[in-house]
Amino acid sequence: MIDLAANFAYILSAGLFIYGLKMLGSPATARKGNMLSSIGMLIAVVAALASDGTTFEFIIGGMIIGAAIGLLAARLVAMTSMPEMVALFNGSGGGASLLVGWATLYLSPDSSIGGFTAFTIALAILIGGLTSTGSLIAYGKLSEKLNSAAFVFSGQRFLNSLLLLAIIVCTYLFCMDPSPDSIYLYGLLGLALLLGVMAVIPIGGADMPVVISLLNSYSGIAACAAGFAINNNILIVAGSLVGASGIILTNIMCKAMNRSLANVLFSGFGAAKSGKAVEGEVNPVSVEDAYYILEAASNVCFVPGYGMAVAQAQHVVKELGQILEANGCEVSYAIHPVAGRMPGHMNVLLAEADVPYEQLVEMDDINPRIENVDVAIVIGANDVVNPSAREDEDSPIYGMPIINVDQARTVFVLKRSMASGFSGVDNPLFFGENTRMLFGDAKESISGVISEFGS
Amino acid sequence: METVFLTFILVLTVFLGFELISKVPATLHTPLMSGANAISGITLAGAFLAAGSTDNDMANWLGGAAVTFATINVVGGYLVTDRMLSMFKSKRSAAK
Repeated sequence: MIDLAANFAYILSAGLFIYGLKMLGSPATARKGNMLSSIGMLIAVVAALASDGTTFEFIIGGMIIGAAIGLLAARLVAMTSMPEMVALFNGSGGGASLLVGWATLYLSPDSSIGGFTAFTIALAILIGGLTSTGSLIAYGKLSEKLNSAAFVFSGQRFLNSLLLLAIIVCTYLFCMDPSPDSIYLYGLLGLALLLGVMAVIPIGGADMPVVISLLNSYSGIAACAAGFAINNNILIVAGSLVGASGIILTNIMCKAMNRSLANVLFSGFGAAKSGKAVEGEVNPVSVEDAYYILEAASNVCFVPGYGMAVAQAQHVVKELGQILEANGCEVSYAIHPVAGRMPGHMNVLLAEADVPYEQLVEMDDINPRIENVDVAIVIGANDVVNPSAREDEDSPIYGMPIINVDQARTVFVLKRSMASGFSGVDNPLFFGENTRMLFGDAKESISGVISEFGS
Repeated sequence: METVFLTFILVLTVFLGFELISKVPATLHTPLMSGANAISGITLAGAFLAAGSTDNDMANWLGGAAVTFATINVVGGYLVTDRMLSMFKSKRSAAK
């Protein structure tokens, strides 16, 4: 009876998840959508408690600790650290699915676990484990606690193939004789955790948007597998929604780099450096001259990249944008899909600085009218505005869609020095005739321009 | 039969998920991701079974740990998403 009631409650919460995700499709309704989705979660949790709980020490203890950690983390994290926070939350969800899969083995008396259930348990453990350690490595790379460059060594592929083979064998042997004491279970646990590490270390910092989306997807798939293991339909519905959303995002990110998922995951991009070296003269510009050009401009477009996050320059950028607007200039912010370290990273930072979302434009919207832009200001972006992607067939980033700032009337590039971008590819943009380099810290340079406007 | 039924749900939901998410604009990709991530904390509903319905110590401990991790995911995920979304303002409301 109570089971039936719980299942009806699950239907309600599934509806709320779906409607909530739908409302996340527009900035005007997104907040409400998230609220609805959290109400759905509350309903599901209460229903599950009512139908499954008989003793509550572990449940209440776990929930208090978890809620306290989650609350603190969500309140305290700086907006610029959002990518690593999301990575950690992903890992936490993956870890939970692994534990649920594992614990399920102890729930049914021995030898009553069917082959299919055993397989889904193995999947929950495998994907959950992969997600948790993978997310930890991603966290390390994003927070620069680990070297964010791709880590590649000889024999890596061979080792990974062996690892996969061992996982398949362990899974098979475990499914043949599923029991909580099976040594293959422990083998699988260890291998799954190791796989997460091995999967993420060869991926460089600039490819992190793909990794985060993919781990997000895995955390959903793991929940889904756990749902199959314990025959719970809300886990399957919610898990597969998340899995699907992660895959879509992953696909969008890969397309934005013109690379296949396999290429991102296995090539160790950023380790290999090739492509034509570019030579030429750069035209530096002083803060004062930059001011004169901006003062006369009637259409300015900011193109932010990860460097803006590093320099914490979003607030001064917005301030300059406001001054320009007051000066009668049309201001927009063009954001490449893979700018930053996670999907939509720049949008969040600019939103934090109170830039209205109408001014945030996508690459496909700005490119057709880039020729009408008087000044494109590139802040801490490099590869996403590199014309080699369009012109140089030998370039490793050839074919990647870029924001064509080189076709704007004037381009300002804010850059600390002449070092090459993350991918190690030279950028001919810096040597363009209409390019002016504004060297120095992005935040200081922009503050300088702002004070010129003030004087 | 149960398995077939559950797989049926799975397939339909995946298609639904694809439809829903492909309409989300790039501006909202981060909140979408962290909001979806919070939903994946639904594992919590599964963790209760192990944490609270058996006498087996091992299952209790594993389940309790799963409850902790899943709760971090749920609470943290929803709050951080809300915090981000509260910053997205339209021109009109930003002027206020």
